[in-house]
Amino acid sequence: MSVVMITIATLVVLGATAAVILYAAAQKFKVYEDPRIDQVEAVLPAANCGGCGFPGCRAFAEALVKADDISTLLCPVGGAAVMAQAAGILGKEAAATAPMVAVVRCNGNCDVRPKTNNYDGASSCAIAASLYGGDTGCSFGCLGLGDCVDACQFDAMYMDEKTGLPVIIEDKCVACGACVKACPKIIIQLRKKGPKSRRIFVSCVNKDKGGVARKACEVACIGCGKCEKVCPHGAITITNNLAYIDDEKCKLCRKCVEVCPTNAIHEINFPPRKEKTTEEKTEEAPAN
Amino acid sequence: MLKTFSIGGIHPAENKLSAQNPIATLDLPAQAIVMLAQHIGAPAEPVVQKGDIVKTGQLIAKASGFVSANIHAPVSGTIEKIDDVADASGYKRKAIFIKTDGDEWLETIDRTPDLKKEISLSPAEIIQRIADAGIVGMGGATFPTHIKLAPPPGKKCDILIINGVECEPYLTADHRVMLEKGDEIMVGIAILMKALSVNKAIIGIENNKPDAIAHLNKMAQAYQGISIMPLKVQYPQGGEKQLIDACIGRQVPSGKLPIEVGAVVQNIGTALAIYEAVQKNKPLIERVITVTGKSVSTPGNYLARIGTPMLSLIEASGGLPVDTGKIIGGGPMMGKALTSIDIPVTKGSSGLLIMPDREATRQPMQNCIRCAKCVSACPMGLEPYLLMVLSQKGIWDRAEEEKVMDCIECGSCSFTCPSQRPLLDHIRLGKNKVGQIMRSRTK
Repeated sequence: MSVVMITIATLVVLGATAAVILYAAAQKFKVYEDPRIDQVEAVLPAANCGGCGFPGCRAFAEALVKADDISTLLCPVGGAAVMAQAAGILGKEAAATAPMVAVVRCNGNCDVRPKTNNYDGASSCAIAASLYGGDTGCSFGCLGLGDCVDACQFDAMYMDEKTGLPVIIEDKCVACGACVKACPKIIIQLRKKGPKSRRIFVSCVNKDKGGVARKACEVACIGCGKCEKVCPHGAITITNNLAYIDDEKCKLCRKCVEVCPTNAIHEINFPPRKEKTTEEKTEEAPAN
Repeated sequence: MLKTFSIGGIHPAENKLSAQNPIATLDLPAQAIVMLAQHIGAPAEPVVQKGDIVKTGQLIAKASGFVSANIHAPVSGTIEKIDDVADASGYKRKAIFIKTDGDEWLETIDRTPDLKKEISLSPAEIIQRIADAGIVGMGGATFPTHIKLAPPPGKKCDILIINGVECEPYLTADHRVMLEKGDEIMVGIAILMKALSVNKAIIGIENNKPDAIAHLNKMAQAYQGISIMPLKVQYPQGGEKQLIDACIGRQVPSGKLPIEVGAVVQNIGTALAIYEAVQKNKPLIERVITVTGKSVSTPGNYLARIGTPMLSLIEASGGLPVDTGKIIGGGPMMGKALTSIDIPVTKGSSGLLIMPDREATRQPMQNCIRCAKCVSACPMGLEPYLLMVLSQKGIWDRAEEEKVMDCIECGSCSFTCPSQRPLLDHIRLGKNKVGQIMRSRTK
């Protein structure tokens, strides 16, 4: 009997002593962590994609809590909704941001951009780009080996086998920018998603002179300047034989799409055009 | 026993098909396309304009910046335009187009075939003359030669090594130059020795060229301090660091230049170009190129002007074989496949290898079987299988620790891999990335 008592007593004393030491240690070495970090992290998407520029959602939450002005910070996955929630927790102002989406600025599929040679090296755009200009006459266009698709963590991209070009699934794309970084040719760009997901962009990055570009690819931008002239908003600029549409200035009037002789300018998610007679009206409306 | 470098190396089939064919002079091209970036470093700056009439050997673009080289008109004629043209890799680069109308040389160039032995210029004047002539390393690296001849302060060169190894299979341009231009090479070496103020030079030649060894041995007796060293056939013995190790047994430390161990290496072709520049005042406007391949009807060695389209070289060797799979600029180990045969000859074009389809196609990649053949083949003592994985996974800090920057891109690892893994492709990518990171750190 006494053995049992002694055992219990020993364990109680031992436990109590350990508890006192642990409590003292916990007090002494306590690290204060802002409880808001946990709260903010809880509203973040937990994708850990790095699209915000921080290594994971926790680090971004810490940055949000720490920064006085969070208007420069953005979680591209969560977008304005999540940023507003986070801002609400922190009592700070989040900048109003338009949702973005990745676009592929190359439309040189197998039919319009004839092959001039064959690449049989390692299947990686980065390696191919470090070796040569590509298997067509265009040294700017898509290499078609899918580094962007490999980089996408949201299953928002796939390689179209028919065209040999990557396709972005708009609904899944969170504009984290991983594909933009992965593309050695700098073809993919994050652009404003636009009202009703409507947007217009030049689907070409070829800086060669018109004739050279056209010879390499039927749908290349030849830098003719027609779009620049027709644009009523000054949104289009041509540098190095390549047109670029500034998505801040573009009012989606679609005039440029019509004048482009090579169909290099793409309009996305617009309703089909009406007959010639009513066209004038529909175009004027958004312009004014 | 013959010497060679101490670690790694492979011995691919030599295939020196054109070794017995004397150097033939190629006709002038109707239009010369002279690239402005034919060397490592900044592209040259054009000093001529559209419509200008130039003579052969006239300066048409001058070096811009410290690492750069002059470029001279390879033919006489009219400047048609200065425009973009696709280079060997398909990327557009600036070039000067000259419409040929004859071959009228500048009067200052001595075109007589007489051998001029006395070296009247001082070392500084020699180096200036080499810089003016736009001479670059003719082995393929195209590093401007005049920079290599001026060691950085505090470093002293005590030996000159001449690279007559030509370890790339198929290529025979240097071999033929040694046989046919032995006298000129010897004077060129003497000039280099004077410029570097060294009294010892070694010509390293692989033992598969016994005629060249015998020929140069005979020549060297008339020159003090120049000796010939026959070397065991082993690829990549033509790499600077491997050649220094093979010839004099000194190892260049990681990340350092050969001057660290007191050696300067120059190629046979460069020695010839230096002779012509210093003694004859002739700039670098032509070079010897091997055109070869198993299906080529008449493989040969040609003296071609810079700016000649590759197509005319192929035509001179009997036209493009029907089974052509790949056309490689350079040798099979380090050369790069060309995207077009319209690209022009540059200062660094050492060969044109036409590979039949069955040999050119890559086999599908298989899993690494941990055989470590790549490790034993690597002449730099690296672990290629590891560097490939590090590159694939983007672990750049570890790749730097594993000395990815020491890779000389010889391709021995890819050649030896039984699973056909594209080791070098990935390692080269890793080198690019790590190099960028290291440069951004020093900024």
